[in-house]
Amino acid sequence: MRIQRRLTTPRWLVVAVPVASLIAAFAAAAIVLLIAGKDPGATYARLFDRAFIAPGAITSTLITATPLLFTGLAAAAAFRMRLWNIGGEGQLYLGAVGASGAGLFLRDQPPAVIIAGMVGGGLAAGAAWSSIPGVLKAYFKTNEIITSLMLNYVAGLLLTYLIFDSRSFWRELGTFSARAFPQGKQLPDAATWPTFDLGVAVIPFGFLLGLIAALGLWLFYRSTSFGFQARVLGDSPSAARYAGIKTRRVVVAMMALSGALAGVGGASEIGDFRHVLDPRGLQQAGFGYAGIVVAALARYNPFAVAVVAFLLGGLANAGYSLQGPDFPAGLVGVLQGMILFFALGGELLLRYRVSFRARLAAAPS
Amino acid sequence: MNVNDSIVVVLAASAIFYGTPLVFAAMGELLAERSGVLNLGVEGMMLTGAVTAFWAVQHLSGPDWLVLLLATMIGGLAALAVSVIHAVLVVGLRANQIVSGLALTIFAGATGLSSYVGNVARLGGQPAHHEYTAINVLGLADVPVLGPILFHQNALVYASWALVLVALAYLHRTRTGLHVRAVGESPQTADVMGIDVARYRYAHTLAGGLLAGVGGAYFSLAITPNWIDGMTSGAGWIAIALVIFAFWRPELTLAGAYLFGLFSSLGFVLQARQVHLPPEVFASLPYLMTVVVLVAVSTGWARQRLGAPAALGTPYVREER
Repeated sequence: MRIQRRLTTPRWLVVAVPVASLIAAFAAAAIVLLIAGKDPGATYARLFDRAFIAPGAITSTLITATPLLFTGLAAAAAFRMRLWNIGGEGQLYLGAVGASGAGLFLRDQPPAVIIAGMVGGGLAAGAAWSSIPGVLKAYFKTNEIITSLMLNYVAGLLLTYLIFDSRSFWRELGTFSARAFPQGKQLPDAATWPTFDLGVAVIPFGFLLGLIAALGLWLFYRSTSFGFQARVLGDSPSAARYAGIKTRRVVVAMMALSGALAGVGGASEIGDFRHVLDPRGLQQAGFGYAGIVVAALARYNPFAVAVVAFLLGGLANAGYSLQGPDFPAGLVGVLQGMILFFALGGELLLRYRVSFRARLAAAPS
Repeated sequence: MNVNDSIVVVLAASAIFYGTPLVFAAMGELLAERSGVLNLGVEGMMLTGAVTAFWAVQHLSGPDWLVLLLATMIGGLAALAVSVIHAVLVVGLRANQIVSGLALTIFAGATGLSSYVGNVARLGGQPAHHEYTAINVLGLADVPVLGPILFHQNALVYASWALVLVALAYLHRTRTGLHVRAVGESPQTADVMGIDVARYRYAHTLAGGLLAGVGGAYFSLAITPNWIDGMTSGAGWIAIALVIFAFWRPELTLAGAYLFGLFSSLGFVLQARQVHLPPEVFASLPYLMTVVVLVAVSTGWARQRLGAPAALGTPYVREER
């Protein structure tokens, strides 16, 4: 077997490799299912049906896909310049805190104001949270992988504190049962984000917002000088410094942008779906970590992120609604991990030409 | 009051108790990183070890020591099997080490394979049939101050001390250890010397998996002898951070692990003594302290003098020197 670096990558391969990794991942996960004594064919048929075919399936898939689209964009924006923000999970929690706080605070305003406040609150809270590892990376050269990840756990504990162990603004304290069984305050009806009925499916407002964000991110990297600076810094930090790029500023700004995207994802989860700050539900969903899978499978391309978020959103939605003895928790993570492994292995085919032939005995003279 | 019930002695003993899984996991990561392979899958590997070791104690029967030994080995081997994926991807296929390690944690961790195995085997809510308990070494457990700290710990604590000594001797006193360091610092030079870079990297990544699995088994067999989804709650990530603050040195890793054991146990100890603060404040201490210590060691002289292995995180391709 010979492996040579490719000078150019054929276009068809860029699509074929991720598709093939999806198929290979499902084949490999079928082995896990067989070992566990489940019928892979029937399992996949039910997953696929619940994700994309059954009545209302597309609608609920889109609702699950929306936060994934945002966390996928968040990871793609940062990873594209080799800034490893894996704190999307915590930034999404903070976004949910910011958005639900804004929604509760503006409860008497007209819907447009409430919704704008929620998006702004989620954006600001997510950006503020991700700025912590951003500033530490820029000014102290602290490894952002570890710091952003540690803050995920702190953010999760903050959620628990706000609802279970304090008398915070987010907690319902008005009724007797809510004092006995802690829960968040329900947002006003006017804070429910609009939906657009297309007949085949209902598009949530958050998903549209995510598509706009994807377009914005694509334009940012393609056509703005700041996006160019970020790309240069990612590809070669020393070249960036020689070119006079203010690297600290770029790192802080990109970390904040990434966190802002994840934060709006948290806002969308509140506005489109939960309408209440729910620590358990948010932590079980794991949208932040899944966003990393989305971004890697999309090879950090914002439009591909939208497509992958829809596909993996279907998987997550089906896995969640089917969860039970036949579909133990964990199956979706196994599938996601497998997809990522095969996508990573497939990268080899994109970057290198692999050929199978006998080595030439000697070069002709 | 007995001096052994004083808060200092109790905290020191529990810092060692809670720090021990970090010693195993961080020592494994240290070996992998010294050979140039960054494995961010520690959390996933630890959870794999935790669930398989717990499954083993529930299904094997025999004397305590034998079952525990086998279960710990099963946990280690299961995590080793998971680490093979990372090794093949990054050493064999030259994949991005950061993304591959993250994929490993997503695949094997909470909401992944470990959760799947635990749920399929219905391990949740069962009390463990066998668990690690403190050993009264040479009857010295009641010696003032040192007794509870040094002579009344479980077998894995003593094993972890042996591990640190072995790792130190291996890296600094053997030829193979010298080769490992060469592979991590400069794989080109190692290759010229006739060292098989890929073989060393495979071996140490797998050793890292084995030790992470043992660290995970400690959670389900010693700390809370049962199985809960995601029970290591970030210990794998703290182990990775530990390797950084220990400047890739085994002896400092041990000290760092006990420091974090202290932060993890502070909440339990203080709450038992009627200190009332929200539980989340104590629970977030290890994570916040990880950030603080990491900032402290990543600035100034420490970074220049005691850096990471030079080739950490980069694939070695002979044709592309």
